[in-house]
Amino acid sequence: MIKVNTRDHPWQEGMTVRGVIEEKKFTFRHLVVRVNGNFIPEDQYEHHVINDGDNVMVIHLIAGG
Amino acid sequence: MRKVLRSYDYKLTRIEKGYNNRSLYINVGDLRIEEKEVTQFMKDKFIGGKGFDLWYLWHAVTPQTRWDSPENEIVMSSGPIGGITQYPGTGKTLLAAISTLTDIPIDSNVGGYFGPLLKFSGWDALEIQGKSENDLVIVIDGNKGHISIEDAGDLPYDTHLLTEALTEEYAENEDDKRSVSVVCTGSAAEHTLVGMLNFSFYDTFRKTVRVKQAGRGGLGTIFRNKHIRALVVKFKGVKGNLNNPADVATINRIGVKMHKQIHDLDDKQNGMRKIGTANTVMIMNQYDLLPTRNFQTGGDPEAYRIAPEVFVNEFLTQGIHDGCWYGCTISCSKAADNFKLRTGPYAGQCVTVDGPEYENAAGLGANLGCFDPRHVLEANFYCDTYGLDIISTATMMAFVMECYERGQITREDMGGLDLRFGNSDAALELLHQMARGEGFGLIVGQGTRKMKKIFVERFGADEQLLNDIGMENKGLEYSEYMPKESLAQQGGFALTNKGPQHDEAWLIFMDMVNNQIPTFEDKAYALYYYPMFRTWFGLMGLCKLPWNDIVPADNGRTETPAKVPEHVQNYVDIYNAVTGQKIDKEELIIQSERVYNFQRVFNIRMGKGLREHDSSPYRALGPVTREEYLSREERYDNQLREQQGIDPTTMSLEEKLAATRAYREKQFKLLTDAVYKRRGWTNNGVPTPEHLKEIGMDLPMLLEVVEPHL
Repeated sequence: MIKVNTRDHPWQEGMTVRGVIEEKKFTFRHLVVRVNGNFIPEDQYEHHVINDGDNVMVIHLIAGG
Repeated sequence: MRKVLRSYDYKLTRIEKGYNNRSLYINVGDLRIEEKEVTQFMKDKFIGGKGFDLWYLWHAVTPQTRWDSPENEIVMSSGPIGGITQYPGTGKTLLAAISTLTDIPIDSNVGGYFGPLLKFSGWDALEIQGKSENDLVIVIDGNKGHISIEDAGDLPYDTHLLTEALTEEYAENEDDKRSVSVVCTGSAAEHTLVGMLNFSFYDTFRKTVRVKQAGRGGLGTIFRNKHIRALVVKFKGVKGNLNNPADVATINRIGVKMHKQIHDLDDKQNGMRKIGTANTVMIMNQYDLLPTRNFQTGGDPEAYRIAPEVFVNEFLTQGIHDGCWYGCTISCSKAADNFKLRTGPYAGQCVTVDGPEYENAAGLGANLGCFDPRHVLEANFYCDTYGLDIISTATMMAFVMECYERGQITREDMGGLDLRFGNSDAALELLHQMARGEGFGLIVGQGTRKMKKIFVERFGADEQLLNDIGMENKGLEYSEYMPKESLAQQGGFALTNKGPQHDEAWLIFMDMVNNQIPTFEDKAYALYYYPMFRTWFGLMGLCKLPWNDIVPADNGRTETPAKVPEHVQNYVDIYNAVTGQKIDKEELIIQSERVYNFQRVFNIRMGKGLREHDSSPYRALGPVTREEYLSREERYDNQLREQQGIDPTTMSLEEKLAATRAYREKQFKLLTDAVYKRRGWTNNGVPTPEHLKEIGMDLPMLLEVVEPHL
């Protein structure tokens, strides 16, 4: 199990940042991702592997109303 | 030439560090024109913009004043930063009056050229009081130092015609048209309580007059009730140093940096230059936040038909600078040119439609179940030219449609209109009725709160249901975001000064998606910080969009990306550079807090502003009907398990609805407790004397109001 935005989310072997984003259906494109507090650049989303127990924050930088 | 009823000459002076140090008072009842001193006290406590508006309004009215009382004022002001051309988004005018819908002060902000041109004409604020018997036009010539009150003569009523006529009349030539800005409304403002004010600017690329809207709270209705047809300001000679700032080099430096960010990053971020605020329509739909069919659900499979790409590819003219004030490279004031109207008095004509903004597409489209871009643009145009607040109008019409579909009112009650969701023809005809002052349009134009009463008393509708699904708070209609799954946004709408407008706090993603503010204390802090921070734009004459609709490339690496720290510092630096003061980001918040609490006390003075007035319709908190619950059944069932430890499999649908409601209403109550505490208010929502003293607002006039409520 991992945490995504402080909520439980099932972990799978080989899971990447991109995989988390897709599983959560986070379609908004302007995201800030931190794994265990470390900033992950967008060009690393495909490759950065998520380990069991990781704390993933996917912050949507949407301005809105 | 029209008959001049009164004229007044004034001395042209130089703005010093953002202030003229005087304001203009016009009484359209007895035709008085006077100058007032803007005192140091006003600048220290109220700064400018909305602060000045509320200060003057307080002194103009009594607790007995209602929207149509002669003493009610429309006050408008820019602000000390307003009008600088080096930084984007500095052309806002802030307005205030006692609202037609809420009986408390409404404030509204609007782009267009009027605010800066009024300021460069010599006035930090304008008060309009009294009531004329005949229609008037007020003209301020900022180059000649001359003001006239004129008979309106045979000027047209609707905005697109009236603004063109007056711009043509007061401009000396084509180039001079950009020196003219017109404030007016349209024919529907005479027959409804949701009339808004249009503020014009001349689009030199399209060679047509464009308008931006001070939408909320019935300002246009008040304007017409005073028999003002239009307000015109003319000022030629806009340039970057007219505010005579203390440190223009700093403003230039920050402005260059900001323009480069927009140039480099906008296409990768929100695409404001291509589509403007409507860029978020599909995002809202994908995250279940696009209010659909009177806020029943947060999305619809048909939403793709009003997606940003549809408007960009098929309707909006691209490659044209669309700023509504000089120097705004965000350029979000998009327009559809040569749009052929199919209904109403202008059917067959090709017009320029200002928009659609997000609220227009969401409200007139999704919330009415009309997923047709041509419907959105046509309704957008008619609301603008008729002077109807699109947010209130859309939310009111959505309410009517649901009442009809649920059998609460009949087609006969609506004078034969088949106002079911998705019926564009009926929706447009209702707009035309509002403009003509006919039929069911007269009832709808009273606003949701009065409609509920009429539907119950006249048509026998279910009062409880109507209170649950009528999306208003304090009498003002909700703006177009679905707050059901964000407790913080429920507070962002209801725990507000003027009513449920998203300009105080927009916390949906931070709360619901990012889960950055999980506790009541976290949410309460957000509902303290963001309303205070965003109030500051209204004190300055600034637009909110350049704050966070474009962010620095490295913003995500900061500790608080939602605050956009670099841009906050820009604002601190620009304020200091204009005024010569030395505030920091903490003082910025206190500047806002003074005015925010003043407005809260103003509400209390008017007999509102207490906890009972911050209540929320249940539709904003959770699922009212069986259909709503069933449409998101898995989500709600999971919440019963996880949040309440209840097994939904043993419950009937009615029991699940009741349990969900009890839980959510309690959560809202607890949120309210936490927010009031964080804001320094009593549990009844009254600012405490201690808090007022702490922020430097323990003024006798305020203490006198709050003390009976302690």
